[in-house]
Formats: sequence, structure tokens, C-alpha cells
Amino acid sequence: MTEQLDAGLVAGEIAEHPDALSAPYAGGELGRGRRRKEDAKLVTGQTNWTDNITLPGMLHMAVLRSPMAHAKVLSVDVSAALELPGVVAALSGADLAEVQGSLPCAWPVTPEMVHPDHPPLAVDEVRYVGDGVAVVVARDRYAAADALEAIAVEYERLPAVVDMEAALADGADLVHSDKGTNSCFTWPFASGAGYDETVAAAGDDVVVVKRRFRQQRLLPTPMEPRGVVVAPIAAADEYTVYSSTQIPHILRVMLALVTGIGEHKIRVIAPDVGGGFGSKLNVYAEEVLALVVAKKLGRPIKWTESRSENYQATVHGRDQVQDIEIAATKEGKLLGLKVRLLADMGAYLQLVTPGVPILGAFMFPAIYKMDAYDFSCTGVFTTKTPTDAYRGAGRPEATFAIERIMDELAAELGRDPMDLRKQNWIKHEEFPYDMIAGLTYDSGNYEAATEKAEQMFDMAGLRREQEERRARKDPILLGIGISTFTEMCGLAPSRVLGSLSYGAGGWEAAQIRMLPTGKVEVTSGATPHGQGHHTAWSQIVADALGVPFEDVEVITGDTDSSPKGMDTYGSRSLVVGGVAIHKATGKVIEKAKRIAAHLLEAAEGDVDFSGGTFSVKGSPEASLSIQEVALATFAAHNLPDGMEPTLDSDCVYDPENFSYPHGTHLCAVEIDSETGFTKIRKYVCVDDVGKIVNPVIVEGQIHGGLAQGIAQALYEEAVYDAEGNLTTGSLVDYLVPAAPDLPHFDTGRTETPATSNPLGVKGVGEAGTIASTPAVMNAVHDALRPYGVQDLDMPATPERVWRALHDDGTLRDPSGTVAYGGASTSSTAGSNGGTL
Amino acid sequence: MRVRMKVDGVLYEDEVEPRTLLTHHLRDGLGRVGTPIGCDTSNCGACTVLVDGESVKSCSVLTVQADGAEITTIQGLADTVGDGAWHPVQKAFQEHHGLQCGYCTPGMVMATVDLLKANPSPSEQEVRHGLEGNLCRCTGYQNIVKAVLSAAAEIRGEGPIAGSFQDPAADETAEAQTAGASS
Repeated sequence: MTEQLDAGLVAGEIAEHPDALSAPYAGGELGRGRRRKEDAKLVTGQTNWTDNITLPGMLHMAVLRSPMAHAKVLSVDVSAALELPGVVAALSGADLAEVQGSLPCAWPVTPEMVHPDHPPLAVDEVRYVGDGVAVVVARDRYAAADALEAIAVEYERLPAVVDMEAALADGADLVHSDKGTNSCFTWPFASGAGYDETVAAAGDDVVVVKRRFRQQRLLPTPMEPRGVVVAPIAAADEYTVYSSTQIPHILRVMLALVTGIGEHKIRVIAPDVGGGFGSKLNVYAEEVLALVVAKKLGRPIKWTESRSENYQATVHGRDQVQDIEIAATKEGKLLGLKVRLLADMGAYLQLVTPGVPILGAFMFPAIYKMDAYDFSCTGVFTTKTPTDAYRGAGRPEATFAIERIMDELAAELGRDPMDLRKQNWIKHEEFPYDMIAGLTYDSGNYEAATEKAEQMFDMAGLRREQEERRARKDPILLGIGISTFTEMCGLAPSRVLGSLSYGAGGWEAAQIRMLPTGKVEVTSGATPHGQGHHTAWSQIVADALGVPFEDVEVITGDTDSSPKGMDTYGSRSLVVGGVAIHKATGKVIEKAKRIAAHLLEAAEGDVDFSGGTFSVKGSPEASLSIQEVALATFAAHNLPDGMEPTLDSDCVYDPENFSYPHGTHLCAVEIDSETGFTKIRKYVCVDDVGKIVNPVIVEGQIHGGLAQGIAQALYEEAVYDAEGNLTTGSLVDYLVPAAPDLPHFDTGRTETPATSNPLGVKGVGEAGTIASTPAVMNAVHDALRPYGVQDLDMPATPERVWRALHDDGTLRDPSGTVAYGGASTSSTAGSNGGTL
Repeated sequence: MRVRMKVDGVLYEDEVEPRTLLTHHLRDGLGRVGTPIGCDTSNCGACTVLVDGESVKSCSVLTVQADGAEITTIQGLADTVGDGAWHPVQKAFQEHHGLQCGYCTPGMVMATVDLLKANPSPSEQEVRHGLEGNLCRCTGYQNIVKAVLSAAAEIRGEGPIAGSFQDPAADETAEAQTAGASS
């Protein structure tokens, strides 16, 4: 199987990594499929989830939430709650107004951006279903739940604002009446020759395709809902905050800024965290409330989110309307791309809400060369839960739009969609390549990944079968979808973030400490929530220092013990945090070498370091292990003059570029024309994430990413009704796929090392999600195209597909067999036979 | 109300409110916090435990309904094997990377133990359908399915199926254990 898979590689042009399924292990820790250190506690239940934490005297907090999308809060009466047994406190927004501050948004994307106050508890007005109104504090979670029911709130209903276009119309009802508009910002970006000018200059030799795509709202759904525990030392005004968060370091700064408590008086600990997917990259009302209530009462406070609360009170993802227009010559050469986005902010701005669609701005041109790019995004307030980062954060939306419209353009031109891509993508010999959107892609080999994927997929055989099925009018419609994606991740060079008005840098920190016994402690600011950082970091350190993997201990997620960091999001941990660790090992080796040379009575230049051993050139018997050097350093009996007796290092690494993983994903779906049910028959992906530290973890990240991307295509949608009620408010109504809902994934890999970091690594955490949604939806459209369906909204539910295929209950006549799905279609914007 | 139950080999007798969910009694009453809670609608299965040997979502049972029962949680599963070794299902989940954040893992492992008791030789599709009451957001299920098939083989006495990842130590172990058996 391996020979077959590898046969098509472009020999000599990429360094093929030994496939996970083949090739004996050749030594060294990098690239080794280590089983995870994290698993021992996780498979035996010896975990430390935030909700597991119990402290003496601890009280439980619960939040009363608005049942209305938009209303004035006329009164909040907590008196009956205070009469119930076990209730210690009940506080309204008005009660906390002086101390609760306003939740932060760290990304003011324009100087004029409308940035409303965001009180953790609403004081005068609620603006989405789930907006907090009051908190109760009681001896246990049952007493707290009872107390919530005893609070009486008087509301005066205000109009819900649900639809973005309606929200921008003149005279629209306002989410924040004092702001005079529902528009949060408009962020324009243009590059190249000018889109309209480029199209005009092409004269008759131009084909333009326009589409409107909807990125439905998604619920991130980490399996662990959020939770927070605050342990105060009231007398000293000191607080330990345990939170199920991706960002303990950022949270610490933000809690200090919001509450006025000194940053140095707050310790934040992210204990075991059960997934995040971006939704725990935030500063939440409950974190602030637990802190100010703990300060007020002088008692430890715990708040644990229920799943239904999670769906209302934790940020949502996506929710954009994308108007996209692509222009090409009749020969298929891309001329330009024009994108107009509406991005739903929800009712308030959370930590990076406005920045999410802006990240996407850089990704619409994807892997394609073109002359002009014209982008503009308007953020819109609605009376819904705020949106923010969700796996991919802006890039899945962009990748979907460009990969979908490339297929539509191919259909318009009567071209094979892969052939059209090959004509326009950056060739491997053209890297590094300055993209029209302003990024410089450091490396890539789209040809190699595609060639390998097509072989694994049997593209020719499936196309043949598709023609046969269409010829015999088979009720099962076979569709084939392509996604040749790249993405920008590894957030991020601090200067670039600054130029985009983000409030912080994008560096990452690492410290390494050699202990007297030769064991190694590593601290990292990249904070895990399920990925496997401790395993991967151990491999990087073991490889560099030549110590056993088992001798490395990784410390994360506590601002006391790993005090510096920028945390985990944007597929940054390895490409920023891992590189910081690699560089920190270099500093340890450098110092150890000076000590070893001193002890071996040799010139430093004559000492080599290899496999954990320092030896003198030409006399290999004169050697010291790095562990012996560590012990000698600790003893400090015989060090070079003036040298401090530690074998530690400290490194902060700021990346010089983003990371650009890429790959080719191919999907075959079978759609039952009688039921509208879509089944993924085959899913093949070949991802290029550069050099690999641990293939087990890489493959796991790809699998999980695929699952979430496929879920957007076929299953998941957060639905609000006209009154602003979230009608998919629990796991009963929101379809998170279970094991039977997902296919077997055939994964492959090419390896084009990144040139922008010394490990040659690229990010992997979001790639699967970014790539897979358009692959599936292109397959669905390929199956439906003979029936005139050009633009089916996601998710492609059986009902939606069935309605698109039928007129008055009768299956439409297909237009006939079409090679490569290239039905002749109108290029008019918004024309679509199947949009619902 | 007074309830008696044996949890992970220890007998407990407690006074509980009639409305107390078993999962809350295990976590808040007995401190058996290895079993987590992932939803409030009995959909996710994270809180699955064995009640008298059968897998049960402990959020869908009142504590008083478990009066007199013998309960095994993820924290007591290894003890059912003895010698301090992990249960084959626990080992297989690590070996095949059937977990990432690990929050669904206790429920997934306990549901698997019950599934393999009912069907010691499941097909891939039978595993997928057998675990459809347990949600995982991290793995895409593929490695969970692999882990379950591997654990099934080991419990049948055929040894675990070989790890498909490149790791000589693990693969050598797997190969040694599968010698003579088809993998």
C-alpha cells in the first residue's frame, strides 16, 4: 500500500516523511510516534477538571439569564432567593455595577469601531437570550439552582435584531440604542491592480461568477463546558483563579484590567481543560463575576456551566454572509476576486470578535495567483450570543468561499475543477511567494500533495462511475469534491498583529531547567487543552539535549509556575511555542558546553555535543554527559570564573512569519435523490504540515479537524427564530456528529519543511476543519449540479437537499450527463435553483 | 433518603435528597470525580458508568434508583483487572490515540466495556453504532473505533491489533502480542 501511495511523489522535490503506516523507525525523537504522556491520567479518571476542584468553605455560584433577546430590565428582586436554605448571597447587575467592570475586546479593528460597554451582568438592558441578569451564591449546586427560580425580574420587551441586512437598513431597531447604528465597523482592503479596472481592461475576454454563501452560526461544543473556581485570600487581596480556559496568561492580564485588582495579586491556573476549539480563548462574564463575588464574600466560589448554558453563554462561531465575485479569462486565468462580507458580531464584542473576519481577509485568495483583490467586511450587531474564534476563526469561512467559487467558475468554463486550480495555483518552484493579500508564503508543494491525494482517491475511477450512474439515471447521485487549501496560522509575528491593531504580541515563552539529577523541567506558555503538548515538548527537548523522553517534565497552565506566555489558539503551539523550546535547549547546550570544556580542560571550540554527550575532538574518551554537567553545575565546585551555578535557560520567540500548512482534500458523496440523505463514501486528504514532531498527534489533529469541518457541511447549525430565541439550545437539537455520522478518513502526508522556523514545522490544529467543509460541499454540489443546483446552504440536511432536487414533490429532470459536473449555468449573482 | 451502594469496591451509606442525580452523588457526595458531566440532556455519555455491570448514563439515573447497586466508574475499572494493570480498553485507547482532551474518555471507555461484553467481535460499523450515545469532539472517532477493535481482539485472547503509528517500542510490543494472530 505504501509503495502505491508513494509512487507518484515528485522525486527529489519534497522530503517525504516516512509514512505512519510504513518504514521502520530510524532513531531520534523528532518524527517518532510517541504515545501521549497525558493519557495515563485521562484513561484512569485521575483528572483535574475545573469542576473537580473542591475547596474548604467553597460556595456555588449560578447565573440567572435573560429569557428574552432584547429587553429593558425594570427591576430585579432577589429577596425571596435570600430566604431559601443555604443561600449566601444573591446579587443583581445593579448590585455589582461598581465593581464588575466591562468585558474586554482586544481587537479594535478600526479607530472608529463601535465598542459598546459589556457589563458581565446586565444592568439596564439585556441584549441576547442568555445575557446574565443576576447571580446567586449557595452552599451547593442544587440550592443555587433553587435560588435562581426565586428571583423575580421585570422586563420590558424590546425588538429583537436577528437579521444582519435588516439590522443595517435605515430605521432598523438598534441593539445599542445609544450608538445610533448596528454597524460595528467596516474594514476595507484592496490590493493589486484594482478589481473593477482589471475586469474592464479584460474587455470581452472575461468570465465573472458571483455567489452569495452563508456561513451558518456554529456552537463550538467542547465536551467540557466552562467552569471557574476562585480562591481568595481576602486579607491580602490575593486570588487564585482556576478556569477552564485556553488562555491563563491573557486572562490574568485581562482580569486585572477589568477588576482593578493588581495583576501581581492574581494567579490563574488552567487545570486539565476538556477541549476549547477557540471558545475558551476568551474572557468571560463568569470569570469576572466569580472573582468579584469571591472578593466581596471572602469565600471560594465555584461556577460550572451546564451544556444548555454553554450554548447561550459561550461564544458562537462563524455567522457570515459572503458575497463573492471571481473574474477569469475565458482560458481560465484568474484576474481578480471581490469579497463583501457581513459578519455577525452578536450583541457584544468579546475578546477577538471583530478580528475573526479580518483574519479571513488574508485567506480568500488562498493558493491562487491573481491580479486584483478587493475586500470589505462590515461587522454587525444583532441580539444574539457574541461570536468569536471557533476552530479556524475566519480562515474556514474564506477557504470555503474561494474553494466553492473555484468549482462554480470551473462549471461556468466547462473545465475540470482540479485542472482550473492547477492552472492558477502557485507552483512549487515559485516559493517564497508574495501573495496579493500581502502575505509571503514561505513554502509549499501543491502539486505533490494533489498527485498523492488523487492516487489515494482513485479520481479517474470515481469519475467513470459517476458518468455511468448519471447515464443510467441512478437514484443515488455520486458527487466528487475538491479542496486545495492553505491557511495562515501560527499566530503571529507581533509587528503584524500590531499593524492589524490587535492589543498584544504573538510571541511565546519557554524555560528549561536541568535538575541536579539530570532530569529536565520545561515550562511553556502554550497551554494545552487536549492536544498533547507535554508529549511533543518532551520529544523536542529529548531530541535536542539527548536525554530520555521520560526524563522530561513539562509544566504549563499556571501563571506561577509558567509565568510568561501567550497561550494556545490559531495553531500556534508548535510553530511558536515549540520553536521557543527548541531555542531554549540551544541556550542550555551553549552554557553546558562552556562548563564541560572547563571541566574537561579543553578549549570550548574543541568540544562537540552529540547524543547528550560532550566530548573533546580527537580524544573521545574525554567526555561528560549533559547529566554529569548538570550535577557539576549544581555542586558549583569547579565552574568557570563568574559563571552562575544554574543550567537553565529562558527564551521568548517571536515568529518572523505565519505558518502555511496546505493540502488536498478529496471527498466522494452519495446522495439518495429519494430521501435527500448525503453519505460520505470516501474521504481522502493529503496534508503538508512541514516537519513532523509526532505523527500520532498530527493524525489525531487532522481527524478531529475533519470531523468539525464535515459537521459544518452536513449537520450543525445554530438557529435563532424571529424573536431571537436560540432554538437549538441543547444537544438534543444541535447535531454534534456521533461515530456513525462520520466516515473513515484516508490520510496521507507530504512534507515540505517550513523555511521560516528552525524546526521546519507548520501548524496542524485547524487545517482539517478549514479544508474539509468546502470539499464536502463541492461534492454535494457536484452531485446536484445536473439538477440545476448551484448554491445549497449549509448544512446540507436531507430536507434541504431533497427540496433542492424536487419541484412540487417531483424529482427534477437532470440536464443530462456532464463531464466534470460542468453544466452550463448562469453567472448572475444570486441566481440559484436550489438555495433555501 | 438513605442509600447504600458499592462504588469501585467500597461500600457507602449516605443520606441524599431524592432528586439527587447519581452523577452528582458520585462527584459531589463521594468525590469520585473521574466521571465528568458533559451535558444536561443525556446526549453526550461522558458520565457513563457501570451499574451492576451494565453501562448507564449516570446523569439519567436518580441516586435512589441505584440503591443497593454495585457501581464501577473509570477510577475503579483497572481494579477489576488486578495486578495494577489497566483494563485492555484503557490500554487500547492510549495505544491507538483514541483520546485527545480526554473529557469523553471515561464514558467512552465504560460504554466500550459494556459493548464488548455484549458483542465480543464487533465490526467497525457495529462499534460506531454501539457507541453512538457517546459524543467526542476531538478525535473524529476513527482512533476510538480502532482502539475498540483492538481491545476486543485482546479480550478475545488474540492480543491487541498492531499500532498503526510509527513507534518501534509500541509496535514491537503489539507485534509480539499478535504473533500468530491475524492483524
